[in-house]
Amino acid sequence: MSGMLGTDFFLAWMTLAAGTVRLHRDRLTGLDAAIGDADHGANLDRGFTEVGKALTEWPPTSPAQVLVSAGTTLIRRVGGASGPLYGSFFRQLGKSLDVPATPAGFAAAFASGVLAVERLGKAAQGDKTMIDALAPAARALTQAVQEGADERKAFERAARAAEEGAKATIPLRARKGRASYLGERSIGHEDPGAASSALIVASLAEAAA
Amino acid sequence: MVGLVLVSHSAGLAAAAVELTRGIAGRETPVAAAGGDDDGGLGVSMDRIEAAVREVDQGDGVLLIPDLGSAVLTARLMEQPGRVVLADVPFVEGAIAAAVAAGGGAALAGVLSAAEEARTYRKL
Repeated sequence: MSGMLGTDFFLAWMTLAAGTVRLHRDRLTGLDAAIGDADHGANLDRGFTEVGKALTEWPPTSPAQVLVSAGTTLIRRVGGASGPLYGSFFRQLGKSLDVPATPAGFAAAFASGVLAVERLGKAAQGDKTMIDALAPAARALTQAVQEGADERKAFERAARAAEEGAKATIPLRARKGRASYLGERSIGHEDPGAASSALIVASLAEAAA
Repeated sequence: MVGLVLVSHSAGLAAAAVELTRGIAGRETPVAAAGGDDDGGLGVSMDRIEAAVREVDQGDGVLLIPDLGSAVLTARLMEQPGRVVLADVPFVEGAIAAAVAAGGGAALAGVLSAAEEARTYRKL
């Protein structure tokens, strides 16, 4: 498939996401050691490595197939809460994507993916989770597309919003997930799920650059 | 009979909870453990949950009882309305109440509500 948002683009996104997760594995695990169970980096690295294998073994022929296959693999192979959450995100994103994918269609599908994560985890923005990076990214993406930005600009704005959202989790008290057991002690640390979400959205911008 | 699957981050905890549950509810009650990640370490494995569901599925439905966190999220992704249902209940008390109801021949909805009643049990 040709065009910016074709199958190859989504394959590139998954490859870049795997690379950045590998590169930041120890940082993610360190963040998780502070307020979780110190396995986030290793879990996601294993998951995205398996995604790469699955996409090589069964080459997808559409953007939806790339994303649904990646999501299913993450659900099955991560082994922590981030597996079902990221898996649901990518599966819903893939299922919601119209063919051929347009920037506006992608923004809507991305928002639908974020909604799936919110529903599964019963989390909202401010709970110190992945949602704190993903929800601002979805809003930035939608706004950029409405303003007529091209993919590259729109994904850059989403990446920036996700990064700011992740950093904004530092002063928050966790209300969901393993960190919520820590109560006040979760304050002062960046949420590892929000940090990895920011990396994954950054790799989306990188794939379009 | 309705089947039960006890989903825990710990293979040991899931296996021991099955042992306790069947010891109280009866050996013939279909209860299976799905504990630990793919390698048996702390975590959750969808493969293990699926295998456990197949083991206890007699055609009358299966109740999934997760401990917490990713066990809950993974189990939620496996729900099939009316066939495979998640119980939001205390792990041990819910499993025992559900197994006793299942052993008594209750249907899936009845087993689920028996498990849910366990949430209000007081020990004293």
